[in-house]
Amino acid sequence: MNCQNAKPLIEIYADGELDAARILELEKHIHECPACALAWRNVQILKKSLKQDALAFTAPIELRRDIIAELRSQVERAPRWSFGNWNWMTAVSSTAVACFAVLLVVTLIRPSAQQQLTQEIVSSHVRSLMANHMLDVVSTDQHTVKPWFNGKLDFSPPVKDLAAQEFPLVGGRLDYVGGRSVAALVFQHHKHVINLFIWPLDKRGAKPAVWPSIQGYNVIHWSETGMTFWAVSDLNESELMNFVQDFAAAETLNP
Amino acid sequence: MDERERLKAFEQTVLPHLDAAYNLARWLAGNDHDAQDVTQEASLRAFKFFGNFRGENARAWLLTIVRNTFYNWLQKNRSGEIAGELDDEALAVEDVSVNAETVNLRFADASVVRRAIAELPVEFREMVVLRELEGFSYKEIADLADVPIGTVMSRLARARKQLHKRLAGEFGSGGKQ
Repeated sequence: MNCQNAKPLIEIYADGELDAARILELEKHIHECPACALAWRNVQILKKSLKQDALAFTAPIELRRDIIAELRSQVERAPRWSFGNWNWMTAVSSTAVACFAVLLVVTLIRPSAQQQLTQEIVSSHVRSLMANHMLDVVSTDQHTVKPWFNGKLDFSPPVKDLAAQEFPLVGGRLDYVGGRSVAALVFQHHKHVINLFIWPLDKRGAKPAVWPSIQGYNVIHWSETGMTFWAVSDLNESELMNFVQDFAAAETLNP
Repeated sequence: MDERERLKAFEQTVLPHLDAAYNLARWLAGNDHDAQDVTQEASLRAFKFFGNFRGENARAWLLTIVRNTFYNWLQKNRSGEIAGELDDEALAVEDVSVNAETVNLRFADASVVRRAIAELPVEFREMVVLRELEGFSYKEIADLADVPIGTVMSRLARARKQLHKRLAGEFGSGGKQ
């Protein structure tokens, strides 16, 4: 090995990246050549000068704090839920809000199963709009719609008319979601259709939560009084939330 | 994975490397304010893309994002500093004089070294930081910076030549510049 081919290898050797085959040759050359010995010594000193702890910058504490705070608030917002308007808010005691918050966290576990369900609900909504399958019972009268479900389902869904709130009930149908028969109530808001899927679920209440929209359809989910509710529509998020709040606040029909 | 679990995993695997992220951003951007901006943006992006992280080297993964974020930021804010289609030959520092090479380099004070690194073109500076301060291998740097290993080696060699010259000048001429 001569100086010309030894020189470029010196740094690589100092970086610990020279292959074993050439290390012996290079060491032998450095041993015999004063110029390369000096280069070898210099590169080591340079590396040592660069390795000083004082050269490394440490992230400022406030930067670390800000990043963690920002990430945590992002997580708190997803999936986003709305506390609705304050009137509705004040109807619920702060204790209940705290309970709901805990329950919401519980219900948000296993999102993959939930995502699958959301997709199924949206598909069902889309299907109802495409085929002549939207309504099994056509009636704007809740007193007709509710009894119609009797004997077709093993539960009695809460049926409410929201005509006064501009969400008139147009009918209902049987649907099949998440491996079971469910009630689908159909409401209208101007030209928009809202499907509200209802089935009993053995868990306690969860506040209305806006789910990430799928294929342009908005989905809001909540549960109360042993039933789980999924509202889906092409209505925008806030109008759909208004519908959900009106539905939740309306009187349940007693058969 | 639930968002909260995802954040917890992120805090445990990625955030321990925040010092390394800031260090790289600080060396690249050249000042604390911009470095904080870059580090913050990179960290948020890293969380967003945490699903793509396959559990390899979390520090290298985060620094890749910091580096990309920095270059995007540079393009937006100081596009004049980018060498464009980087021509390694054009960026090569003039040959170190025979004199400088025969100088016995002495261990240099941190403040002197810091100034010498800061004077390097950004494409050389990042190689020095990744290799000497962060201790990555050539292969890791090549992956991180998305360049061939040969480019890593040639940029490192040129960066060292320039550093050598600067540091030798500090002593060789006997006077501080």
